[in-house]
Amino acid sequence: MSLLEKLQGKFAADIIETHAFRGDETAVVRPAALKAVAKFLKDSPEMDFNFLMDLTAVDYLFFAGGRVQKECRFEMVYHFFSLKHNHRIRIKVPVDEKNPEVDTLSDLWPGADWYEREVWDMFGIKFRGHPNLKRILMYEEFQGHALRKDYPFNKRQPLIGPVN
Amino acid sequence: MTQTRNMLLNVGPSHPAMHGVIRMIMELDGEKIKAVDIEIGYLHRAFEKMCETVMYTQCFPYTDRLNYVSPLINNVGFALAVEKLLGIDVPERAKYIRVIMSEISRITDHLTCVGASAMELGAMSVFLYMIKAREFLWELVEEITGARLTISYVRIGGVKADLTENFMEHAFEKIAEVRKVLIEADELLTRNRIFVDRMKGIGKLSAQDAIAYGVTGPFLRGSGVAYDVRKSNPYLIYDKLDFEIPVGTVGDNLDRYFVRMAEMEQSLRIIEQCFQQIPDGPVAHDLNGVVIPASEMVDEAKMGRTEDLIEDEVSLDPTLQGSTKKYHEKVNADRKDVVLPAKENTYGNIEGLMNHFKLVMYGHGIKPPVGEVYYPVEGANGELGFYIVSDGRDHPWRVRVRPPCFPIMAALPKCLIGDMMADLVPTFGSVNMIAGELDR
Repeated sequence: MSLLEKLQGKFAADIIETHAFRGDETAVVRPAALKAVAKFLKDSPEMDFNFLMDLTAVDYLFFAGGRVQKECRFEMVYHFFSLKHNHRIRIKVPVDEKNPEVDTLSDLWPGADWYEREVWDMFGIKFRGHPNLKRILMYEEFQGHALRKDYPFNKRQPLIGPVN
Repeated sequence: MTQTRNMLLNVGPSHPAMHGVIRMIMELDGEKIKAVDIEIGYLHRAFEKMCETVMYTQCFPYTDRLNYVSPLINNVGFALAVEKLLGIDVPERAKYIRVIMSEISRITDHLTCVGASAMELGAMSVFLYMIKAREFLWELVEEITGARLTISYVRIGGVKADLTENFMEHAFEKIAEVRKVLIEADELLTRNRIFVDRMKGIGKLSAQDAIAYGVTGPFLRGSGVAYDVRKSNPYLIYDKLDFEIPVGTVGDNLDRYFVRMAEMEQSLRIIEQCFQQIPDGPVAHDLNGVVIPASEMVDEAKMGRTEDLIEDEVSLDPTLQGSTKKYHEKVNADRKDVVLPAKENTYGNIEGLMNHFKLVMYGHGIKPPVGEVYYPVEGANGELGFYIVSDGRDHPWRVRVRPPCFPIMAALPKCLIGDMMADLVPTFGSVNMIAGELDR
């Protein structure tokens, strides 16, 4: 039984869709169930995902030139890895533009702390229960969130420079 | 009654003991570190944002600048991720070349790390010897790629150029020199009282903490966890090679030093095995035409005299050496929609020229299907992963790199708290922080 089938057996109502494009097993999970799914992935012996390898977000504004309309603008992307079973899984969580907020995973994996700060910095997605949610790569005075698709890549916000 | 209070000390962002720009704010009780706050981002150059604005092939120069001590591994990682997205495989010879170049880079990275940490503890000669060894290896890199640092050598579907004719002999000469340096450094450091006293029992990170923070690479292996992407998820041809994963026991600085030293030896072994196994290059190729300069071939082709050109080889600018027709097909996948044609085709016939333009023109280029992939490779500091989302156009929709330094820096306060202020230097040295990949 594949990982996704096991996960679907447990959280049938909370999984929106699954796919395994190029062998990467992926499940899209409802935001409300993220914490429960993460806990299950970490604690259940058959899953045993002890590594949170990567945590990031994707902005789907005007995806594919606007041809593909996603229900939510953002998606959180989590990559888990299990040292014991040597398997990987990707969990995605849709995040609404109006209220960009999801639960933090920093209490389960302390490594999530910095990753989530980076996502807040770059995408402006908030994390409920995060101990220290402040910018990490940019400076505090920076306006906006740079990896959002509506932030122009050549926009400058210099703190210093010639006055004229 | 005397009152004591803790002192705040600021180290960095520009400080001799900081490799690259990073700032640490420490709370000290006497000389003991009570709390640390680490501030990163001083070298943020918007790698991920810039990749969204360019075509897939144009991302390679950006990846060179992630981990600038081992740029070839970044190149390989990005190429493998895009190839997974496209669902293509590269020829055997290209795989071996990629492994050889990756392992050379891994050694240069470890040499820099061990050498620099030793220097900071006063062992200046070790640093000089190791930089000398690194120089030998960079000469090899230069011989193949034409550059030392910003190499942009790997291509989607293969590599830019084949190995040069005498590369194997050169490589064995340099490997012998590097081995000598490693033995010398081992003699100078491993039983050196000053070095061992500063390293042993300092900067401890338990295996449990390391895993919780997502630490990988030599740092995790120093804590006794034998996790290496090359073994657990063998990419390219690592499953055909015989090498070991050295692990430490307690996870202190000395363990990480031992792991790095042992890994360099393993990498040298990998390179030697690759040369034994690598399939033949263009030796048996029967190209019996003449060699003419590129400009001459272009002129001939413009006049329509293309039939005479089919057999001919073109002589190229040094930066493109090794990418003519006889080398090209041995090191590149047979996919016209991904790989640029051999230079003879570009210069000598209209089909090749159109193929070339279709791949380099804005709005054309390589177009992977809609989808998303994550591809991990073993970088010098740990798992280097590329997560790429494609929307079916010639630009990546999103490129995310999982920088191996990032979780290590997040876990660094765990190593530092409780140690002395002066222990910051060896502990931070053993992280091998590369600001280029940390801040992107």
